[in-house]
Parts: sequence; structure tokens; C-alpha cells
Amino acid sequence: MTATVTAFIIVLILAIAFFAYSCYQRFGLVLKGKPDNRFNAIGKRLWNMLFYAFGQRRVVKKPFGINHFVLFWAFMILLISNTEFLLNGLAPDTISFSLLPDGAYFTLALIFDIMSLLALIAVVLAIIRRFTFPPPYTEAKSRDAFVILGLVAGLMIAFFGMNACEIAAGTDRAGVWMPVANWVASWLPSGAAGLDTGAQVCWWFHAIILLAFLNYLPYSKHMHVLTSIPNCFFKALEKVKTQPREEFKKGNTFGVGEVENFTWKGLFDSYSCTECGRCSDACPATFTGKPLQPRLFIHDIKMNLLKNADKDGHKELPLIGGEGEGSVKEEVIWECTTCGACMEVCPVFIEHVPRIVDMRRHLVETKAKFPEELLLLFENMEQRSNPWGIAPAERTKWAADLDVKPFEAGKTEYLFYVGCAGALDARNRHTTISLAKIFDKAGISWGTLGRDEMCCGDSLRRLGNEYVFEKMAQANIKMFAEKGVKKIITQCPHCFSTLKNDYRQYGVELEVVHHTEFINQLIREGRLKLKSDTDLGKIIYHDSCYLGRYNGIYEAPRHVIASATGSAPLEMERSRDNGFCCGAGGGRMWMEEKEGSLINVARVEEALKKEPDTVCVACPYCMTMFDDGLKDKEASDKVRVLDLAEIVANALPDE
Amino acid sequence: MLIVACVKQVPDTTQVKVDPETGTLIREGVPFIMNPYDTHALEESLRLKDKYGFRVAVISMGPPNAEVTLRKTLALGADEAILLSDRVFGGADTLATSMVLTGAIKKLAEKEELGIVMCGRQTIDGDTAQVGPGIATRLGCSQLTLVDRIEEVDIKAKTIKVRRKLEGRHEVVSAPLPAMIAVLREINSPRYPSVPMRLEAEDTSIVLWDNKVMQMDEATIGLQGSATQVRKIFSPERAKGEILGGEADKPEDSAKLLITRMIEKDLLSL
Repeated sequence: MTATVTAFIIVLILAIAFFAYSCYQRFGLVLKGKPDNRFNAIGKRLWNMLFYAFGQRRVVKKPFGINHFVLFWAFMILLISNTEFLLNGLAPDTISFSLLPDGAYFTLALIFDIMSLLALIAVVLAIIRRFTFPPPYTEAKSRDAFVILGLVAGLMIAFFGMNACEIAAGTDRAGVWMPVANWVASWLPSGAAGLDTGAQVCWWFHAIILLAFLNYLPYSKHMHVLTSIPNCFFKALEKVKTQPREEFKKGNTFGVGEVENFTWKGLFDSYSCTECGRCSDACPATFTGKPLQPRLFIHDIKMNLLKNADKDGHKELPLIGGEGEGSVKEEVIWECTTCGACMEVCPVFIEHVPRIVDMRRHLVETKAKFPEELLLLFENMEQRSNPWGIAPAERTKWAADLDVKPFEAGKTEYLFYVGCAGALDARNRHTTISLAKIFDKAGISWGTLGRDEMCCGDSLRRLGNEYVFEKMAQANIKMFAEKGVKKIITQCPHCFSTLKNDYRQYGVELEVVHHTEFINQLIREGRLKLKSDTDLGKIIYHDSCYLGRYNGIYEAPRHVIASATGSAPLEMERSRDNGFCCGAGGGRMWMEEKEGSLINVARVEEALKKEPDTVCVACPYCMTMFDDGLKDKEASDKVRVLDLAEIVANALPDE
Repeated sequence: MLIVACVKQVPDTTQVKVDPETGTLIREGVPFIMNPYDTHALEESLRLKDKYGFRVAVISMGPPNAEVTLRKTLALGADEAILLSDRVFGGADTLATSMVLTGAIKKLAEKEELGIVMCGRQTIDGDTAQVGPGIATRLGCSQLTLVDRIEEVDIKAKTIKVRRKLEGRHEVVSAPLPAMIAVLREINSPRYPSVPMRLEAEDTSIVLWDNKVMQMDEATIGLQGSATQVRKIFSPERAKGEILGGEADKPEDSAKLLITRMIEKDLLSL
């Protein structure tokens, strides 16, 4: 055994031992999290991993993602080359691709040479980007980023240098098959004495950079190199559109106040963050200058886990309300609209919203500490089952001049679940009346619960008041069962998603449909005939988050608008899965917006850019937010807001 | 030292209507709530508990279903909740009610030194504001009404200093303990019960004191002991409203119109 081999064995053992120790330490922390079964449906999970991690499906949705795609695959392929490199270092005479037949060896040499060039180009582009058109967050220019980019570039340069020296020295027969290395070799004096030493030096550089890179990973944001592929495997099998239930038993903890109260997946998520900043880029709170940045929120979870790692039991840094990196400020937790834009864009499927709700649960349920305006909401919900605390008898007021029948099992097919806003808010009652007209026109068998209707509890669940939500959900489910309700039409996307997705956790499968889809279906089946020349000017459609992103309903409302007006609606810059929240989701409807600019005004400004005459919404919260936003922009004289149902009611043929 | 907080379970009056035929309250299906003023009395008691280490006992006279409200007081942090319930307590006016409540307070004071009796200013169903003062009178203790701030309690000297909100002015007064304090809603903003406290309260039993325990003279309590009787309940006739300003273009004109009309109707004291 030569001295070089001996030296390398020592270096390699030390490097691998340290890497193993780092991984043991870091991943050991993840296991402190609570259980969460992410090992079911292995086939589907493998597919997700293949499609989203190896396919880089979400990464390439942004133009510069192509650069990452190239780097990722160059890396994957060079993994083979680097494995051979390390093994060859241990046994130079027995393990080497150069021992393969010419055809195989030359092909591999060509592939590795080209891939190294692509990787180098990608790294150079990434560096140039950071100085010319940087990613949307400041840490893109962090030392961390440049260290890694430098290491990767150094690795490629050492690889070319090593091969070039060998080609120039005539010791590598694959010369012409490595065009880059061959080109570098053409600059070197062929057959010169120092070439062997040059190759040796480059070899050692390559080896040390490779092992340094490996050991740097667990300590940097580039930990995602190790975690993002498994994170795609562990991703939620269904779209994340609800929160897990809690068990209300004495002695349990409620919500997450300490980092270990997250599930292990919650902690693993934080390790998978690439800090690409796409979540913050999509976040309405970040966009309007509020302290909440989903990227930092996830980063703080990771830092809290790491900073508290060595403190047995005693947490030096609180997860909520501490100072600096690794602690989340309370106001940050309350700023989320739960719109889900962050989760929609995250390339590695980090689940931001359930984490925020977890922390809200801790504040509400364990600490009873929340913004003061929520106290009234919570009391009203618990006592009168609606957010405003209006007497339940008022729920039927909208129907005063209409012939609305109560829902009767066996006789009525659909329950029209009007919702609190639809029944109690003056503006949104018009939508309710429009829907009643539409149902009657289409000859639907429908009825309501009248004053017995109770709130679905959406806002409570998103605000972390799971205890009261559960009571309300159970009361509703009990009533639905007693009254024989099976099919439900909702007016509000929040009722829709809550009845459909959240109540499922209680073992009930209700057939819930939102009015946008229901009307679309009526039109398609020819049960509802519309005049297609309703003149409401140019209509622009705003996607409600709980209809669109949460439940994938993008096309139905657009079809309906086209049917009622004869033309497709205008689109805002951010629409469909990229839609921008009105600002009222996640219980924000009931809270003051104290920090930054107003989200609804930002959205109204975006709509006004397209100079619409009518903004079409499909959600009572969006209705209120647009109404207010247009007033704020002094545009309510020129632009009107209508619910889709109102547009359709407008287009009903006269008798 | 003990604080006794008096609470009442009342029908949610925003949901109560009067039957025009019979002149009685339609209570069917109307949910019960803790009298909103009493939530502030309880909150203030709990704040004094946190600050000075009082023990807080809550008492409520009412039907057995008032247990729900008492359970809520436990979830909020009361140390003990006692329901005063007996058929013979029923039909009581403010006098008879204050007799029973005073009886219960005296009974509690036998075991532990009484510091404060905390009441809400009034209830939303009776609106008399008489029960608190009635208790003070019957107990023969200091009586501090319309309190919107408790300045300090001197446990050693057994005195309390409070601020009373009167028309157009405040008054700061000191009084010896024990004292009955009737609070305004401005005094504080009530806390919200945490889930662990709610779960704890769900398992705690509410102490029931009927007249076997209380041993009150039946002539002084309930319907018998009441000095007043309800003859009739009715909704007052309300003159039809009028919408002003239809003809005015500018807000200034609307305002002028409104002020002119108010002067005409002598609604402004000039």
C-alpha cells in the first residue's frame, strides 16, 4: 500500500465518521417530534419522489429553476463518477472506470466531462444571478450560498485539472472523449515533467473539496441536498387543506408551543427548506410588508430545534415570542391568511399552514392569548354560533319576501347551507337571494335549516380554537344526521371546504358542492338556461383560496361567466393556483390589519390594472374585502363587485 | 382571604321576545349566558387573586341548569363554585335574592375571612342594579358601586381603594374590608378559558346548597319573601322611525338636517 493510499484512507475515514456523526446528531433531533405516519402508500410515495424530486416538477415552474434542474441532474450523474473516484482512491489498481472496455469507458468519460461543464456553467450562472437579478430574499447573497457555489465550482475545476494533466501526460487514453478536459490539456505542455504532480495535486484538491462539501451540507441550508428527496417521498398524499384533529384529554398538550411538539415531519420540513424564497414571494402578508415571511418562519423552526438541541429539557430559546433567529414572534403567527400560496409553490412540499395553525392552537388553547379583537369573535361563535353575535332568529330575515321551505328529510333533495355571511351580512344576502332564484328557476328541490342553522366553525379552526370548533362541528354533524341531510349546497367557500374536508375527519361523508360548481353543472345539463348577453361590462374573476387552491375549482366559475356573458372573464396577473388572497382567510376577516399595507387594497389595485367594470367573486369574505378595497381606492363608483350567483341571476331569462 | 363573586345565568336577552298575547317572555330555545356584567366581576376577582392571593368562590342562585355557567367560572380560574338552588328560592325579587346570596356569603365567611363581595353592576334581564347594594346592606359591609378601577387593596390594614365612575367625573374612595364592589364593564376585559382549565372544570363537581343546607327562613326568601310582584311584561310601543337626508346631496347638508330635527324634537340640551 502506497503512502498516498494510506493517507487517503485516513482522510476518508475521518470525513465519513464526522459526516455520520453530524447526520446522527441532526436527524436524531427530528425523531424528537411526535409520530406521523408517512410510510403508507409506498407506491404513491415513490412516484411522488420520482416526479417531484427527480423530475424537479415544481422547481422548473420558475424560469431560473431550469438552472437548478441542470445542476441537480449533473450532480446525480456525477455521483457515479465521484463514487468511483473515492473507491479508486482506496484501490487505485483494482477499481477504475479506465479498466472498462474502451466503448464503455469513453462513453462514461464523455458524460462526466459534459456534466461537469454543465454543473460549472450552472454555478457560474447562479453566482451571476446573485449580483444581477437576485432571488427574492436577501440571504441569497449569504456566505453560505457562496461557500457552496465556490465548493461546487472548485470541484469541477479540480476535476477538469486532474483529467487535463493526465491527458497532457498521456496517461489517460480517453483524451478526445473528454472535450473540456482535452481543451484544457491543449494549454498545457504535453509530456512535461510536472504533469504527474499537477494531476496528483488536482486529485487531492478534488478529494478534499468533495469531502468538505459532504461535511458542510448538514450545517448549511444545503442540507436540502440530503433531505429534499425524502421530503418529496414523505409529502402529504392529498393536498393539505385541513388540520389534524386534537384529542381533548386531560394532560395532553394542545398545539405547538415547543419545537418538539411538532410532528417529526414538521421538523423534517424545516431541514428540507432550500431557502429559495418562493413561499415568501407568493405570500400576501410578505407582499404587503408584514413581518410574516413563510421562508423565515420555517427557518426559525429549524434554528429553534438546533439552538435548543443540547439543552436537556430546559429550553433557552422559546419557539414563540423570543428574540432573534430561531423564535417566531406572536404577531407573525396571526398574520397568516391560510391562503396556501406558500404550500402551492414550495418545490419540496413543506407544509407551512398547518405549522402556523399548530402554533395558533398553542396560543389560544394553552395560553388563552390572542389579539383582543378575537375575544368577541370566540364568544359570539360559542354563544350564538355566528361571528357577529347576531341573534339566530335573524338568519331567516333574507327570506322574508321569498317562499323558502325548510329542509325535510325524504322530501327535500338539497340542503342550502346559507352560511353566516349569506344569512346575516346585508351585502351578501343579495347573493343568497340570487341563489334562491336560480335554484327555483332550475327546479331544484332545496330547503334551508332556517334559524337552526349553525356556523360551520371555519374561522375558529384556522385561528387555532380547535376546542370550540370541535364542539361546533359535532353539533352540526349531529343535526345533519338527525335531519337526514346528505347533499349540501354552500354559498361560501369556507363553509364548503370545512363541511367537505374538515368534517370528514369526524367520519361523515357529506356530498358538498359549492354554488359555482353547482350552477356550472346545471348549465351543462341544460337545466338552467341563461341569456348570454348580460351586459356587465368587462368582468374580471378573483379566485377564492378555499375554492381554488384548496379544492381545485378554477374552471367552473369561468365557464359560468362565459355562459352568462358570452365571453371569458379577464384574468388578473396572479390567478388560479397562483391567485392572491383577498386578505380575509384564516380568520383574518375578524382581525385588524395593523402591519404593512392592506392586502385587499393590493388585490384591488391588481384588479384595477386590467380596467374591469365588474369584479366577480364567489366568496362572501372576498365580497367584503373587494367592496372595502374599492372604496379605499375611490373606485366603487366605476367598478362593482358581484358574486357569481348575482351575475347568473342577472342572466336568467324573463318569464 | 376570600372573594365571593356573585354571578347570574340569564337568558340571552338579544334573543328574547315578549309574547304580545300573553305578555310573557318567550324563553323557549333561547340560550342562557353568564350575565355580561358578572363576567367583569369575575375577571376582577381573578385579577385580585393573581395579584394578592385571594381565594375566589363563585356563588349563583338559580335553577339546576345554571351549573353550566358555574362550570365556566371554574374554567376561568375560580377556586370553588356553589349553586344555590331550591324550589323555595324561586320567584324571588331583588330583596329575596339578596337574602339568599347574603346567607351563602355568611356561611362561607364562617370558615374563611371575607374580603370582598364582587358583583356586576346589574343583570341584563332584570336591570335593577339592586342585588349588589342589597347584599352590602344585609351584610352590613362597605358598599362601593359604579367601580371602574380598583386602585389597591391593603390586606394588612384591611382597606380597599377604588375609583368610581360618576356622571362627568371620577371619585376615588377608600373603604374598610369587607366590601361589596359592583363593577362597570369598563373595568377590565375578561380572559378566555384555556383548554386545560376547561377540561379540569368539566370534571369538577359543582357544590349544591339547597335550603336544607342554607336553613333560611322561608318567609324571607323566594316568592314569599319578595316585596314586589311582576304584574305584566310588555314591549313598549315604539314610534315609527324616519329616514332623513334623502334630499340632501352633501354630508354637510345631511348633518344640518339632522341637527335641526334634533333641536326641533328637543333632543339636544342646549
